[in-house]
Amino acid sequence: MTGPAVLLLLFGLGVAAWVSARARATRLQTAARNTGARGAMHSLPSFHGWYVALWTLLPALAFLAIWTNVMPALVTDAVLADPAAQGLPGDGFARGAILSEARNIANGTQAAAFNPAAQPLVAPYRVNTARYAGGGVALALLLAFAGGAYAFTRIRPDFRARTRVERLVMGLLLGASLIAIITTVGIVASLLWESLRFFSMVNPFSFLFGTNWSPQSAAMGYGNENAFGAVPLFWGTIFIGAIIAMIVAIPLGLMSAIYLTQYARPSTRKWMKPVLEVLAGVPTVVYGYFAALTIAPALRDFAVAIGISGASSESALAAGLVMGVMIIPFVSSMADDSIAAVPQAMRDGSLAMGATTSETIKRVLIPAALPGVVGGVLLAVSRAIGETMIVVMAAGLAANLTLNPFSSVTTVTTQIVQLLTGDQEFDSAKTLAAFALGLVLFIVTLLLNIVALRVVKKYREAYE
Amino acid sequence: MLTDEQQALKPNNAKMSARDVNVFYGAKQAIKTVSIDVDMDNVTAFIGPSGCGKSTFLRTLNRMNDTVANARVEGDITLDGENIYAPSMDVVQLRARVGMVFQKPNPFPKSIYENIAYGPRIHGLASAKADMDVIVEKSLRRAGLWDEVKDRLHDSGTALSGGQQQRLCIGRAIAVEPEVILMDEPCSALDPIATAKIEELIHELRGRYAIVIVTHNMQQAARVSQRTAFFHLGTLVEYGVTSDIFTNPKADRTRDYITGRYG
Repeated sequence: MTGPAVLLLLFGLGVAAWVSARARATRLQTAARNTGARGAMHSLPSFHGWYVALWTLLPALAFLAIWTNVMPALVTDAVLADPAAQGLPGDGFARGAILSEARNIANGTQAAAFNPAAQPLVAPYRVNTARYAGGGVALALLLAFAGGAYAFTRIRPDFRARTRVERLVMGLLLGASLIAIITTVGIVASLLWESLRFFSMVNPFSFLFGTNWSPQSAAMGYGNENAFGAVPLFWGTIFIGAIIAMIVAIPLGLMSAIYLTQYARPSTRKWMKPVLEVLAGVPTVVYGYFAALTIAPALRDFAVAIGISGASSESALAAGLVMGVMIIPFVSSMADDSIAAVPQAMRDGSLAMGATTSETIKRVLIPAALPGVVGGVLLAVSRAIGETMIVVMAAGLAANLTLNPFSSVTTVTTQIVQLLTGDQEFDSAKTLAAFALGLVLFIVTLLLNIVALRVVKKYREAYE
Repeated sequence: MLTDEQQALKPNNAKMSARDVNVFYGAKQAIKTVSIDVDMDNVTAFIGPSGCGKSTFLRTLNRMNDTVANARVEGDITLDGENIYAPSMDVVQLRARVGMVFQKPNPFPKSIYENIAYGPRIHGLASAKADMDVIVEKSLRRAGLWDEVKDRLHDSGTALSGGQQQRLCIGRAIAVEPEVILMDEPCSALDPIATAKIEELIHELRGRYAIVIVTHNMQQAARVSQRTAFFHLGTLVEYGVTSDIFTNPKADRTRDYITGRYG
C-alpha cells in the first residue's frame, strides 16, 4: 500500500470517527434534554466528534512518522541477516554503495545494477521492505482503531471534550510559534559553527581588523593569513548603507512624513501615502537594474566630466543613492507614525500660543517625535546594510578602502554572494569566510534592531 | 441706571463680541445663531450639558477651529471691534492676543523655563537672555507657580504634578501678554486641591485679562465667574449676571439644568 493511500485511509477513518462520535453525542444530548436536566451535557456534540477524531488520527500519524524513519534501518538489518548478504565486503564505502544500489533497484528508481554483487540483494530488499511496510501500515491502522475506540467509549454527558480539544489546539498553536524560534536558533547555530571552523583557520583578529581582502589568492594557495582582512568590506557596507543611503533617505523620508502628516489635505494624503508605500514593494532586483544600468553610468560620465579620478562604472554612490531611495518609504512611514503619536494636545498648545504650523513642527513635533524617528532610522540602517541585490549589481567587487564615492567598493553581502556562488568546496577558508561575514552582519543588525526597538518602545510609553 | 445684566451686554464695553455665529462641522450645525459679548472686567463662564457646543464656541474665539478640517464658521466675531475672521486678520497675531488653556494640561516636553519662553520667543518679545528671565519669572509669579519651581526651572515641565502643569500652561499663555484668556474646562483633569488653586488664580487674573472659562461644574461657574452663559443644543439659552442665573433663571431650560433635572 502506498504512502498517500495510507494517509487517505487514515483521514477517512478520522472523518468516520468524527461523524459517528458526533452522532452519538447528539443522541446523548437529546436524551439529556428530554429528562429536563439543564446543562446536563458538558460539551457540544461537535467537540466530542473532534475529540474522537483526534484520538483516531494523532497516535496513528505519530507512529507512521516514527516508523518511516526507523524502517530503512530495520530493512537493512534484515537484508544483512539474509544468506545472500554473506559475500559482502566488511563495513565501509563499497558495502554501503552495494546496499544502496540494491535498495534503488528494489524501489524501482534504478533499472539495473553496475555492481554484480548488488543483484542478489534485490530480492531480499523487496521482500523485507514489503513486510515492514505492511506491518507498519497494519500497526498504524490498529492504533487508529484502538485510539478511536478508547475515545468513543469516553463519550458521556459529563465528559469534558471541549476542554481537551481546546487544550490540544493551544498546543498546536504553541508548536507553530516554536517552529519559527527553533529555525532561528538552528540558523544561528549553523552560522556560529561554520564561523568557528573559519576562525580555526584564520585569526579572528586579522579577519576583523585586517585591511587586505583577497580570498581568491588564499584559494590559490598563498596562505590564509592576511588574505581575509574584512575592514574594506565593513567600510564599503557602512559607506553605502549607513552613510550615502541615509544622506538620501533621512531628509527625504522625514520631509515627506512632515508634509503628509501636517500639510497634506486628507484627499492628497489618501493617494500619496499608498504611492509612496509602493516604492517599498518594488523588488530590490529592479532597483539593482536601475542602479547598475542607469544611475551608475550617468554618475561615471558626470565624474569624468568634472575631472574626478578613479571614477568607476560601478560606484558606491550609485548603489548608495538607489538604496537611499529604496529606504525612503521605510523612514517616512516610521517618522509618520512617531509624528502622529505626538498628542494633538501638544500641537494645539503650540498653535494656541500663536505659533505657525512650521514653528510648531520645528519646535514641538520634531523634538517630541525624535526618539521614534531615530529608532526608525536605526531600523532602516539595519535593513540597508543587509540589502544584497542593489550592491551586487551596482557597487562592484573591488575591496577598496576609499572615501571617493565615485570609485567601486564592495560590501559584506556582495562578498558573501561571491564566495558562495559557483562550484565550491565547502571546507576551504574561502567559503567558510562567507559564514564569518554572515555572522558579523547578523550580530550588527541584531544589535541595531534591539537598540531601535528599545528606543521606539521607551518613547511610546512616554505618551501613554 | 443700567442693571448688571444690561451692563454686561452693553456693546461698547465688550472686549469680544459675537453676532449671529453659526458653526458647522460638515453638514452638522454645532452652534446656532449665538450672539454674546465678553467684557474686560468680568470672568465669563460658559455652562451647559456635554455636547451643547460651549467648547466649540470657545474655540471660535481664537480660531482654533481652523485646525479642524471640515469646520466652517459664519457670522461676525470681533476683538476690539475688529473682525477676527476678516482676511486681513493674521491668525498668529490673533492667538497671541487671545490665549488658550486646555482641558488636559499639555506642557511641551521641554524644561519649565522653555515652556514659558516658547511664546515670547516665537513672537520675538525678548531679545536678551536677561529680558527672557524677567518674562519667565513674571509669568510664573502671575501663574502662582514661581515659588514652587524657582529652584528647578530647567527640569522638565512634564515632571510636574497635574495642577502644577495646568498652572504652567496658564503661565505659558500669560507670557505672551494676551488680552483675552480662554480656558476650556481647565480643572476637569485635576484633583480638588489643585482645582482650588486654579480658581484662586482666576480671581487674581481677573481685570488684567478678559477671561472666558468653559466648565461643566456649576459650583465652579458660581465661584469664579461674574457672568454666566448657558448653552443647550448649540444655542445660547440665557446670558447674564452669574448670581441671577443661579438664583433666578428666566428660561425653564436653565432652571432645569441648574436644579439638576438633566445634564
